[in-house]
Amino acid sequence: MSATAINQTAIEDILRSAEALRWDLGRDYHDRIVEAVYADAARIADRAVSRQGDKSRFDLDATIDRLVTSRAWGFPIMLLLLMLVFWITITGANIPSDWIASILIGRVYPALKQGAESLLIPGWISGSLIDGMYLSTAWVVSVMLPPMAIFFPLFTLLEDFGYLPRVAFNLDNAFKKAGAHGRQSLTMMMGFGCNAAGVVATRIIDSPRERLIAIITNNFALCNGRWPTQILIASVFLGTLVSAQLAGLISAASVVMVALLGIGLTFFTSWGLSRTLLKGQPSTFSLELPPYRPPRVLQTLYTSIIDRTMYILWRALVFAAPAGLVIWIIANLHIAGQSLAELVVHFLDPVGLLIGLNGVILLAYVVAIPANEIVIPTILMLTVLMTGVTGVGQGAGVIFQLDSQQALQSLLTAGGWTLLTAINLMLFSLIHNPCSTTIYTIYKETGSLKWTAVATLMPLILGFSVTFVIAQVWHLLAVVL
Amino acid sequence: MSDEIRLSPTSGCDGCPVHNAGRLSRLGVNMENWDYVVALAGNPNTGKSTVFNALTGLKQHTGNWPGKTVTRAEGGFEYGDTRFKLVDLPGTYSLLSASPDEEIARDFILFGNPDVTVVVVDSTRLERNLNLVLQVLEITSRVVVCLNLVDEARRHHLTVDERRLARDLGVPVVPTSARYRQGLPELLAAINDVASGKTVYKPHRIGGASPEVERAVNGLARKVEAAFPNLTNARWVALRLLDGDSTIAQAVRQGELGELEGGTQYAAAGAALGEATI
Repeated sequence: MSATAINQTAIEDILRSAEALRWDLGRDYHDRIVEAVYADAARIADRAVSRQGDKSRFDLDATIDRLVTSRAWGFPIMLLLLMLVFWITITGANIPSDWIASILIGRVYPALKQGAESLLIPGWISGSLIDGMYLSTAWVVSVMLPPMAIFFPLFTLLEDFGYLPRVAFNLDNAFKKAGAHGRQSLTMMMGFGCNAAGVVATRIIDSPRERLIAIITNNFALCNGRWPTQILIASVFLGTLVSAQLAGLISAASVVMVALLGIGLTFFTSWGLSRTLLKGQPSTFSLELPPYRPPRVLQTLYTSIIDRTMYILWRALVFAAPAGLVIWIIANLHIAGQSLAELVVHFLDPVGLLIGLNGVILLAYVVAIPANEIVIPTILMLTVLMTGVTGVGQGAGVIFQLDSQQALQSLLTAGGWTLLTAINLMLFSLIHNPCSTTIYTIYKETGSLKWTAVATLMPLILGFSVTFVIAQVWHLLAVVL
Repeated sequence: MSDEIRLSPTSGCDGCPVHNAGRLSRLGVNMENWDYVVALAGNPNTGKSTVFNALTGLKQHTGNWPGKTVTRAEGGFEYGDTRFKLVDLPGTYSLLSASPDEEIARDFILFGNPDVTVVVVDSTRLERNLNLVLQVLEITSRVVVCLNLVDEARRHHLTVDERRLARDLGVPVVPTSARYRQGLPELLAAINDVASGKTVYKPHRIGGASPEVERAVNGLARKVEAAFPNLTNARWVALRLLDGDSTIAQAVRQGELGELEGGTQYAAAGAALGEATI
């Protein structure tokens, strides 16, 4: 191996002479190289670029920027845009929702029932397949598809246009005050799409301390899987509290409130973490505002409907089908005269009621750990089963002539839901453990069981505490008033 | 992958094989048996991911903000009979500091030894983008500059003389508007020409630093070249050693530079960067 030996001496020689030369060249070597690069770049760019027209012309980009990132107008504009997006989503989704429901539930469902009867299919099969799985998937499609098909394109257009980085810019200072990295505002924006993606995106944060804060708090950004739950519950329970004209506005406002609460919790927990478990100074960075680009409307429509809406819907249905099977089994497996589902739900009920929810919702959250998308389908299936499949199934002709939202509301009210349940479900949907994909991503990114546990349990504990306090205050007020 | 191909030449040279859009087939994640590896570098938010998606047919999420791509994304495409593997690197402003995304990009260009490095630049911010181009040119001369966002430059009443730029940089410069699929046939042709060695290039070298720096760099580069005859960028290694770059010094000490020969280059770099992939 003499060749290696020679190579080794050569390597030592290289490193030694590099060290010696560095002494000769002095400390400003790095700066001189950087300066040389900059000087060359400036010279070459100057020769290649020419500018036409009046230099002092009206600069639209800068004017928009001054407005949307101004101290006075930045936040009001952000709120208005968010409100507008949700208002369009909620009011716009009503008509297609009813239309789909009238076909899937008003026409296909009775046909399926009749077909099953004429084919002499046993009641327990048609009950579990048609009343259980078909009905809940039909609801999912009719109530989840239209809002998603409106919301995702709108949100993607805002991103494509370049507005989201301005929101990040507005929030950057608040993150620094919370002891976190300003770039966390960007990873939080990613989290509004998908928390797992947001967690991966924290790689843009250099400092491990600030990166951990960003990872742990990313869950407070409402993700794709949870937006539909928020929009649905808000329009079914909160929108119906007021007159039809105001319904859309109130529903939109309540979703915005929950999203803002999520941002608030992000700050609060970041602040808490940077003063307890993860102490330290925030580091500085510069955030480059990208230019406004005219959004490609057609492409955005295509990708956000095909890639996001259909993807989420598909995930909801794919996860909901096996969940439906699990639910059917636990509903039909009897132990000591009670079904397993009843046993679990009754066991969870006291805890659930203590925090203003119920056993069905808690069981749904356990079943829905793989994907937040299936919380609503699972709740529906469990509620149908717990309130008695036959009741809904047989009386279907009457109930399902109404629009889908009212049908849903009457079903859930039959399951013992109140306004408190709806409010606390929206809050719990915001504040609970991340989905299993995100948990796994957190483990891979941090490589630490401890931090994965913190990121998983901290929101769960917080969620239980918040809903508990609200439920108790609610009951107290109900007694006092 | 079987998508209808909508690349349209910007000029009327439809008869020319270079503009024959049918020569591109997007291979998505299917990138086995590649002939050449192409790296995609550039400042953040210049449209690297858009170029990547347009060439591979993949749908790596693009977004109008800097820092979308935090890891390498890989995909394949076929041009003529040649198969390419395309690697989308994280966006960086320079290769001289040591942030994690810059290291991923730099290590790939340096150790991955791609056959072609496409530097995507923002036409509206040419000067700042050229800083990166010049640094990449120090590492490798097999470069194609993709002068992207020319539509936006037009909107800002800016004209970039790409022929002048190509002459000054010594490498091919292709104006594109990747969002609107403009200039992609020309970009493919340029990539193919550089990969196959058809294009003769004489890259710009950073000048202006004092003669003593030049002497030191050249002297050290000769020694590096002698010890690692297979290395294509001894000058860059010398530059970094003089800057006290401990990663490079470590690679030299462990003889990693020497191991990166022939066909194993890419695999070795892949292993070294293993932790960087999702």
